[in-house]
Amino acid sequence: MNDRLPNRLELIGITKRFPGVLANDNVSFAVKPGEIHALLGENGAGKSTLVKMIYGIMQPDAGDILWNNQEITVANPKAARKLGIGMVFQHFSLFDALTVLENIALGMDAKIPQRELEVKIRAVMQQYGLLLDPRRTVATLSVGERQRIEIVRALLLDPKLLIMDEPTSVLTPQEVEQLFVVLRKLASEGCSILYISHKLHEIKALCDTATILRGGKLVDTCDPKEETSRSMAEKMIGAGLKEIKKPANTLLGRPKFIVDRLTTRPDGAVGIGIAEVSFTVHVGEIFGIAGVAGNGQNALLDALSGEITVRRGEAIRLDEAPIGAVGPTERRRHGLSAVPEERNGHAAVPEFALYDNSVLTARDRMKMVRSGLLRRGVAKTYTDKVIAEFAVKAQGPNATAGSLSGGNLQKYIMGREILQNPSVLVVSQPTWGVDAGAAAAIHQALVDLAAEGSAIVLISQDLDELLSLCNTLAVINEGRLSRPMNIEDVSIEEIGLLMGGVHGESAEMAPTVVPPTTIVAPTPMAPEAEPAHAH
Amino acid sequence: MRIKLEKRPDPSRLMLVVTPIASVLLTMLLGVIVFDALGIDGQRAVIDIFLTPLLASYKWQDVAVKAAPLIIIGLGLSIGNRANVWNIGAEGQYVIGALCAAGVGIAAGPVGGPLVIAAMIMAGIVGGGAWAAVPAVLKTRLGVNEILSTLMFTYVALQVLSYLVGGPFKDPNGRNFPATAPLTADQTLPLLPFTSVHLGVGVALVLPFLFWFLMSRSVFGYQIRVVGAAPHAARHGGFDGNQTVWLALLIGGGMAGLAGALEFTGALKTINLGFPSGYGFTAIIVAFLGRLHPIGVLIAGIVLAVTYVGGQVAQTTVHIPNATAGIFQAMMLFFILASDIFVRYRVRFIGSPKSAVSPAAPAPAAGE
Amino acid sequence: MGTDFVIAAIITIIGISTPILLAGLGELVVEKAGVLNLGVEGMMLIGAITGFAVTVMTGNPWLGVLGAAAGGALSALLFGFFVLTLNSNQVATGLALTIFGTGLSSLIGLSFVGRIVPQFGSSFPPALSRDPIGRLFFSYSPLVYFALAMVFVVAWFLRRTRSGLILRAVGENDLSAHSIGYSVIGVRYLAVAFGGAMAGIGGAYFSLVITPMWAERMTSGRGWIALALVVFASWKAGRLLIGSLFFGVLMWLELNAKAGGLSFMPYAGSIPSQFWAAMPYLMTVVVLALISMRDRGGSSAPACLGKPFLPAT
Repeated sequence: MNDRLPNRLELIGITKRFPGVLANDNVSFAVKPGEIHALLGENGAGKSTLVKMIYGIMQPDAGDILWNNQEITVANPKAARKLGIGMVFQHFSLFDALTVLENIALGMDAKIPQRELEVKIRAVMQQYGLLLDPRRTVATLSVGERQRIEIVRALLLDPKLLIMDEPTSVLTPQEVEQLFVVLRKLASEGCSILYISHKLHEIKALCDTATILRGGKLVDTCDPKEETSRSMAEKMIGAGLKEIKKPANTLLGRPKFIVDRLTTRPDGAVGIGIAEVSFTVHVGEIFGIAGVAGNGQNALLDALSGEITVRRGEAIRLDEAPIGAVGPTERRRHGLSAVPEERNGHAAVPEFALYDNSVLTARDRMKMVRSGLLRRGVAKTYTDKVIAEFAVKAQGPNATAGSLSGGNLQKYIMGREILQNPSVLVVSQPTWGVDAGAAAAIHQALVDLAAEGSAIVLISQDLDELLSLCNTLAVINEGRLSRPMNIEDVSIEEIGLLMGGVHGESAEMAPTVVPPTTIVAPTPMAPEAEPAHAH
Repeated sequence: MRIKLEKRPDPSRLMLVVTPIASVLLTMLLGVIVFDALGIDGQRAVIDIFLTPLLASYKWQDVAVKAAPLIIIGLGLSIGNRANVWNIGAEGQYVIGALCAAGVGIAAGPVGGPLVIAAMIMAGIVGGGAWAAVPAVLKTRLGVNEILSTLMFTYVALQVLSYLVGGPFKDPNGRNFPATAPLTADQTLPLLPFTSVHLGVGVALVLPFLFWFLMSRSVFGYQIRVVGAAPHAARHGGFDGNQTVWLALLIGGGMAGLAGALEFTGALKTINLGFPSGYGFTAIIVAFLGRLHPIGVLIAGIVLAVTYVGGQVAQTTVHIPNATAGIFQAMMLFFILASDIFVRYRVRFIGSPKSAVSPAAPAPAAGE
Repeated sequence: MGTDFVIAAIITIIGISTPILLAGLGELVVEKAGVLNLGVEGMMLIGAITGFAVTVMTGNPWLGVLGAAAGGALSALLFGFFVLTLNSNQVATGLALTIFGTGLSSLIGLSFVGRIVPQFGSSFPPALSRDPIGRLFFSYSPLVYFALAMVFVVAWFLRRTRSGLILRAVGENDLSAHSIGYSVIGVRYLAVAFGGAMAGIGGAYFSLVITPMWAERMTSGRGWIALALVVFASWKAGRLLIGSLFFGVLMWLELNAKAGGLSFMPYAGSIPSQFWAAMPYLMTVVVLALISMRDRGGSSAPACLGKPFLPAT
């Protein structure tokens, strides 16, 4: 990197407004050739919006984009690629039903015969050590492999600037290392990289410069190697982080919630089921389940909440009551509440008023129904209580769920479940896409609920969240759960290996339940699950 | 210039009411233009179709009798559409309902009275529901698309009708004409004195309020609404998707069967090959024009009945075929569907976007 | 049952399966692009009347077919405007298109009732179809050969061309296709117009070939069978051909039952003709049920079928 080189990309005063939000407010920074430049910020800080404008997906409302010191307008992604800008998205723009080769061909603007393209693809893969079979259907590939398609697609265009949007959120620590090797090699060849992340240690390890955004505004541009993680975190989050108050003495009570060899059928053609999952959660315990996205977390949540039932009721026991065979309504009567990962359309109905959303899961325990009729007044009073106690920013119980911001909706959903006083709470990704303030409030609520004697299952992809909240941690990989580990005995390296499906000596799977041989070469098991709606 | 859509945080309540009215008015306006273009007196046609039935009091009975089946079928279909279950075979369920009523009537022979009438109507509801139950089984057990199966069963129902009225149900004293024997006076629904308005019209006036209460206040109504709005969330809330499909189809079929039985026992008193008159299809428009709201369905049913009656008026005054009323009905449906965009979005018109790689154009001076 | 009878049967079956093959091929492309147009029946009727009207006015059936294609495509673009530009519900808008097409075709058809055009039959020299084998190959309307050729064209287009790949991509994942920079709406408009043109030609087959005259609702629900055919064929052009012939056999049985010509079948006399008339519709449902059983746990439908395209901006 040379300071005297002209800037490859420069943004001057970029502003972008959405209804009700100023996504980017007068943002300016520059990227040199061969520089790995981090764009750091929390979820919702405006990073993605900013790069979408660089890549031509959106147009700025104000400000200029300079490319090699020339003012340009990037009308669309095609124009961006023509300039030499490549992008690897956080959510891959892949077509599951098509092959790797077809997917890459779709991303190419030039018309190249498929045979020629295949030769070029193989060459690029060879050069950067990205291994893939071009003829495979994308639906059969792992998340890491899918990301490789995106990278190969971008590299085939010989980019001068590669934008990576949160590339590591779906990777294991080992896969992250491999990715960094590729990125460093690219940078050494003169390609600039704009690396979007909110993971501080990655940025310290990889990047030359970091631009920090908060609430759409540029806070600072700094050298991450000269900063501490804490100093960058404070710039990213603003006010100093609130510490979570954990009860000093966490003595766990009796076993409350027992899951015993829970197995579900894979859902659909691509979906994944869970296999022989067993664990026990005690009174006052927060039991964490880590894992890379798409390894059966959704199936596990559905199986625990009752959206998927199994024939064998004993597969799930709450206070010794077998509840594996009954649906969500019956499980709630037993005191089990669940919060799925997807807020809109799963945990809540965006078009419905909040009080109607309260009816969705709280109607039995909070007595909102009498002889088949809804008691709207009761639902509204309860919703008011949730809004007040969880500091939900909403215009009362009549506001639609869709009108709330992500963080406020999540607070409402957590409040709706927690105020029902569940004896077991299963939550998935409770702070995904939520601002720091709301995340802290949600974390505190979970800790408090456990302290009051509930058992909590916390499914998350955020290791920091799990490590700071949980008493016990297990890892889910391809629908199988590892041996639970006491939080004090956990090493990041071991979790990383488990997340990647490597079952070494120090990371063996729960041996009491399944003999290790079964795990190495899993035999197809008779699925005992059936969708909740059948019959 | 291009159109930019901004999603409203909440659907506009004003637009929910305004857009159906605007759709009717726009249809009338466009109707004048289209008919003039086709060389027909458009103004006269539109007046005859939309206004004459309302202005001429002797047409009111006619409108009321035609509105009754539209409202009753439309209510059932609006429940289905709320739950995202697309029953477009109401026409067949309507025909089967009437045939079941006729079957009971034939079995009763010359016996009449309220019990026989009640039995005929019950048979109509059960028959219509049963005809919709087949698609329900196929949908819940095998995942067969209900749009195609309900429609295919309509065509099958028409063949059943043709077979029955030409064979087992044929009037033995009917000179071999394919029709059922006319009902006796004590087998038909009571009429409002000195009119052709039968009890079925009263049923069509009461049912919307019953449905309104159920949809807005009961757990059943909640279930229908939540399954339609967010099936995944409904499952999370403990509502069974398959059960909802069953309810939606049984109610839709049962209502269509009820309408068929009422039409048979109240208005026509006999069934021939001309019995299916498209009410089952028009009721789909009724449901949408009424915004799937029971009271809206009541009003929309009357509007569509007006176009039915008016279509017949126009047939004699400007000599257009009966089917052209369908053009107006379809236009209304197009407009109401398209106007959803105003309910859910704010529509903004903005200037042409910056063209690629050209330098930013200077802003136009104010007051230019 | 002689050879002549079998050949005559095959010729009839190929003929009556052609309109659903044409309309089905069009709808296949539309659905591959992720759009569900339930208005096939309406577009066929509009094609039937425009094709007939243009033929009456110009005396040229080829122009009639072009007119039918244009009429079908225009009505499809109307549908496209509502569902693609205004994002209206595809199911309901498709229904509206069918009601609209039925009404409009009746209105336009007013002045054409009772008129007759020469059948748009074989354009080969009559000598070629003098013997039965010759008839088997050379006695069809040009539209039959066109339909068969389109089977290969559509299959080749979808599988081998870049445009076909883009079209499939748009139907599989519209948001990704958009983010790569393809015009989802543009591709879908083209597909919808093509589907309308093919449905229009399929409709013209009724008014120019099967019965060279105009009658209200003359397509009698075949448009809906074409829709079922696409599901039957698992969105593959080759299977669509097989499916159309299967339905052709059923419709042939119905034709013969009405004419009392099923004497070769045992007990045929005791089965009411309405049974045969209901057969294509009943079999459609049976076939759909079988397909659904086969596809349990993963359908081969395009992933975005029937869903509105709602990009973030």
